[in-house]
Amino acid sequence: MAIECLVLGAGQEIGKSCVVVTINGKRIMFDCGMHMGYQDRRRYPDFSLISKSRDFDNSLDCIVITHFHLDHVGALPYFTEVCGYRGPIYMTYPTKALAPLMLEDYRKVMIDQRGEEEQFTSAHIAECMKKVIAVDLKQTVQVDKELQIRAYYAGHVLGAAMFYAKVGDAAMVYTGDYNMTPDRHLGAAQIDRLQLDLLITESTYAGTIRDSKYAREREFLKAVHNCVAGGGKVLIPTFALGRAQELSILLDDYWERMNLKVPIYFSAGLTIQANMYYKMLISWTSQKVKETYATHNAFDFKNVRNFDRSLIDAPGPCVLFATPGMISGGFSLEVFKRWAPFEMNLVTLPGYCVAGTIGHKLMSGKPAKIDLDKDTQIDVRCQIHQLSFSPHTDAKGIMDLVKFLSPKHVILVHGEKPKMATLKERIQSELGIQCYHPANKESVSIPSSHFVKAGASNAFIRSCLNPNFKFSKSSLEEKSDSGSQGIKSVPWMQISDERVSEGILVLEKSKKAKIVHQDELLHMLKKQKHEVQFAYCCPVHIEKVEKTETTDLIPTTDELSVPDKSSLIKPLLEKLSSELSEAKIHDFGEHLQLESFHVSICLKDNCPYRITDSLQNKSKAAFFCCSWSAADEKLAWRIISIMENCNLTAN
Amino acid sequence: MKFTCLSKGGGFHFPPCHMLNVSGFRVLFDCPLDLSALTIFAPIPTDSRTIGDEESSDFAIRESVDTEAGVRKRQKIEKPIDANCLIYAQPWYKTVNNLHLWNVSFIDVVLISSPMGMLGLPYLTRNKDFSAKIYVTEAAARLGQLMMEDLVSMHMEYRQFYGPEESSVPQWMKSEEFELLPSALRKMVLGKDGTELGGWMPLYSAAHLKDCMTKVKKLRYAEETCYNGTLVIKAISSGLEIGACNWMINSPKRNIAYVSGSIFDSGHAMDFDYHALQGSDMIIYSDFSTLLTTEDNEQSTSSDDNNNWEELTKSLSNNDESSEEREKLAFICSCAIDSVKSGGSVLIPIDQIGVLLQLLEQISIFLKSSGLEIPIYIISSVAEELLAYTNIIPEWLCKQRQEKLFSGESLFAHVELIKEKKIHVFPAVHSPKLLINWQEPCVVFCPHWSLRLGPAVHLLRRWCRDPNSLLVLEDETDADIALLPFKPMSMKLGNALVKLQKVKPLLKTLQPKSVLFPEDLGNRVSFTNINSFSVSHYSENETLRIPSLKESSELEIATDLASQLHWSNLKQRNLNITRLKGELLIDQGKHRLLSGNEQDGSSQNKPILHWGSPDPENLLAALSKMGINGHVEQSMTDAESDEACIVHVQDPNKALIEVTATGTIISAADEDLASRIFEAIVNVLEGI
Repeated sequence: MAIECLVLGAGQEIGKSCVVVTINGKRIMFDCGMHMGYQDRRRYPDFSLISKSRDFDNSLDCIVITHFHLDHVGALPYFTEVCGYRGPIYMTYPTKALAPLMLEDYRKVMIDQRGEEEQFTSAHIAECMKKVIAVDLKQTVQVDKELQIRAYYAGHVLGAAMFYAKVGDAAMVYTGDYNMTPDRHLGAAQIDRLQLDLLITESTYAGTIRDSKYAREREFLKAVHNCVAGGGKVLIPTFALGRAQELSILLDDYWERMNLKVPIYFSAGLTIQANMYYKMLISWTSQKVKETYATHNAFDFKNVRNFDRSLIDAPGPCVLFATPGMISGGFSLEVFKRWAPFEMNLVTLPGYCVAGTIGHKLMSGKPAKIDLDKDTQIDVRCQIHQLSFSPHTDAKGIMDLVKFLSPKHVILVHGEKPKMATLKERIQSELGIQCYHPANKESVSIPSSHFVKAGASNAFIRSCLNPNFKFSKSSLEEKSDSGSQGIKSVPWMQISDERVSEGILVLEKSKKAKIVHQDELLHMLKKQKHEVQFAYCCPVHIEKVEKTETTDLIPTTDELSVPDKSSLIKPLLEKLSSELSEAKIHDFGEHLQLESFHVSICLKDNCPYRITDSLQNKSKAAFFCCSWSAADEKLAWRIISIMENCNLTAN
Repeated sequence: MKFTCLSKGGGFHFPPCHMLNVSGFRVLFDCPLDLSALTIFAPIPTDSRTIGDEESSDFAIRESVDTEAGVRKRQKIEKPIDANCLIYAQPWYKTVNNLHLWNVSFIDVVLISSPMGMLGLPYLTRNKDFSAKIYVTEAAARLGQLMMEDLVSMHMEYRQFYGPEESSVPQWMKSEEFELLPSALRKMVLGKDGTELGGWMPLYSAAHLKDCMTKVKKLRYAEETCYNGTLVIKAISSGLEIGACNWMINSPKRNIAYVSGSIFDSGHAMDFDYHALQGSDMIIYSDFSTLLTTEDNEQSTSSDDNNNWEELTKSLSNNDESSEEREKLAFICSCAIDSVKSGGSVLIPIDQIGVLLQLLEQISIFLKSSGLEIPIYIISSVAEELLAYTNIIPEWLCKQRQEKLFSGESLFAHVELIKEKKIHVFPAVHSPKLLINWQEPCVVFCPHWSLRLGPAVHLLRRWCRDPNSLLVLEDETDADIALLPFKPMSMKLGNALVKLQKVKPLLKTLQPKSVLFPEDLGNRVSFTNINSFSVSHYSENETLRIPSLKESSELEIATDLASQLHWSNLKQRNLNITRLKGELLIDQGKHRLLSGNEQDGSSQNKPILHWGSPDPENLLAALSKMGINGHVEQSMTDAESDEACIVHVQDPNKALIEVTATGTIISAADEDLASRIFEAIVNVLEGI
């Protein structure tokens, strides 16, 4: 069994996330994103790799979307409405609610500003969203009889989820984008300790370790405050959802505390509408924000109002949230053109901008002029503030997650190639987990776990659960605290309980394999147990120290007199104990026992097991009858050799 | 597996309560309170009646009875009961009596199926011996907590009136007192068979409630949780109420579905998810509210299995459950409009959250369309939070409500109505804001449906003589007794919602192997026609033993372990057997055998267990193959086992082999020879 992972997007790059995984015959598409940096067909994943005949319904079992960002959901309406995929699509409730807003916003930008040919229409978006099945966190969704999926909180944006998928015994997690530290409005990613064959994780910040966010939040607030205090205008290009709400909470709270009256605007009504969604979905935010629902919903911003186009050139300071985020066009570009030439104004940039956007140009060194197209040039004199907080996990977070889940294999996507390679090395060397970072259109195949199913009898299960205590004596040298007694040897008992699961697997023709306890097997076979044992009557030299008169009277006897019987066991025990220091010999008075080895004095004249008569001096010998089973063969012969080569002193 | 029905409950507010013993774990389903029994208490006396009055009147009644002597006691009972028959004391609360017969420390798991099912939970959790894990859906836990908080706060009014509770048994619980109660009330105190006095408890405190909530483990719908590695537990939406659920319990030996009150098409809560109940071996059917009609069943049985799902879906799609519900709501609304038009007010003491939320929306629409500017008041200590909460839980609501989320509208209309000041929310009747805003006629939603607690008592006293006013009762309220203290009544009465449920061919479609069915309902449903499943009937306080379905549990063997197995073939029985050793892991209800740490491959190949008996001839042959020669001496001395024989070995050394039917003893002087003989013997035996 194998898991086949075909990377259609976000392989060694950021943008158009799309991975198709075949797991025990089930095929899942994780994310269906578009690339913001391209305008041609490269913006969509190459869907033809899924099915040459473009029969997507039969080649995919479901699509799973992790969150509403366009690089994760942007190609979905195209894939369902234009390419014609009609199978199930899963996303969380917030993603289902918010993704159409993102798509619609993007579509408008494409059509209105760039005048591009329409890839999909509003109707397409609506139709596409109808096919989406909303899921809750941790809800176990049975896609079909074999395929099971489950969402876990990812903390990247509202409703972002990591997805677990399981088919048979093979299981995997696709993280989407996630954040391991809680931020102002979202909690940290959360997942169960799962048994995984494969983890596909994002690696946006594969090479970065970030410190606390609060310092950078303060920096941002200071920059904004300074700007508005100086009468400047602040342009915050953001996407409609996510960052806008996070920064609004931050600013709204700051405005309250500092008693600022400068207006905060949301452009084009879109984001105000989005707040409505956020209010209903407040249970998907961080614990702190969540608790505010009854008294004052944190997404009821007090200082935020709608922006009107006529306000662009109005005098006085203001703060404006405008879409799209990377100033790739649309309203944010329009405002940027008007505000950029003034030094008192401020433009904030998100942590990451796709190459080709104005945001990206501003980030890579501060240019004085930006060429918009052949005819338009913008003077950039305003201040630029780069937001350095990003809702992605850093390298430490990725390592923590990988370590926590300890999957058998890791695939890195959604990152920059050199950093991914470094991280891959770290995962392999530090965690000893096989790691890959395939490029787009590459495919990785990994083995998946598989279990053989069998029935287990009650007796077997019970025997496995039986405690199996082992006691071993040790002595611990301990320095007493008082020091007066010096080093003291404290004997202590070590108790271990290693349960042994041992049984017999029976495979009968045309029947299911069954595991039974060994006692049950004989019953099944209707056979009787046949015990194979060893026996040996072992001669041992005896030295009699105190010769009494009575023994002189019977000089020729081979055997010892009855009163001596038990008296010889004790010296033997001492002898064996000193030679076999590690073993625990049980003294039963009449006989000694060690594991299955059993020794007692033989009083018979003619013991059948007295094989040897090699002993020279019979008068000085006693015989010990020994018996043992095959399991203790080695031990038994060792004891016998000790016995044969020793001199016992009879009292 | 053992199953005991502790209580069949009674209706929406008093769900059934059961104890299940599965895989060695005790699982308690729900821990409700019978709040309908509250009606035996008099509502909080009005200002004119002081405690002194109450005591003397109480005394008077007792005295009159004393003088009338025991013979006439019965005659007194036959008299129509009036308000004076009620108990004038701080109310106690009636828990499930049979639950007290169980040792709480032996309960392992508590599963709560609805907000109503947890009202008695603090009684359990405050017991220091209680250590069970409690599972509740997130929404049910929140709503249940609000209901309990409201209960505690409403009860405060009594406490303030009667003073702190005496530690001893209250007067009314003494046998000479309750003997005097009219039979209807006495039955409520003691239960049908007169054993339920022990179920009465004084209300838990706010602190107990708070502590209880910290012990609750909250789940989402269809979230899998695992108890002790063995039971995989999942809550599946039942449609009864927001957060209400049925339970799936997967144990190694059987998968159990617990189905309590379920609604296929709810107007607010997420619908009954019957698909998720597929694959259960056993269904415990515990929906006592269902009005069963057998005709439906007959029709469906003709269809073959493959069509069952389609049929079920069809029968659901054209069901009129919801339309009937809507009609009922519309009827109440029109009654309410009539009342306010004639200058009366409408009092709606309803605590079913779904009915409350839908009535709010409907009445507002009716008022608007009638052009009436009548205020709607919601008075409850938890109303504000409840209303805010219902608007942030789209995941727990029905499809239509979820659609509102996706189109960016509020989930319930009350959000806008509150903003527009059409609905006013107050924590209590004496809130200053209420006093300023109060305007009659009006429509008031408030607790409590028993008419003994909360704002309803005060408002009912105000309006009970007004023939233009309307009181809307829950259909579970026993109007005769509930209205006693407010008589004579001139107010109009309306009943809210009888939830009609058609019986669905559900059980047949789910195809369990067996079904546990309540005996009372069993009489009304015939399962005689070709059943694929067996039916057992249960009745209250009787333990049902259900024999295990499977002899063996499922065990999964890791591939690496399975690939290392050394199979040996037993020819005569066509069996392949192998010794299996590993580490048993029990997780998520699955037994898994993984390869253990110890590596002793050498001993693995050596058989430990032998059977059969060595034939002397074969044994000699096997020995000689190994270069060992000897001769057989048939043992004559051993009379008991005639097959006993002794093999004397001379070459290469002296040794002795003693063979009997049950065992062989090898005696040799050196290790090498002994082990070679052993090998030879093992070759003629069978073993593993």
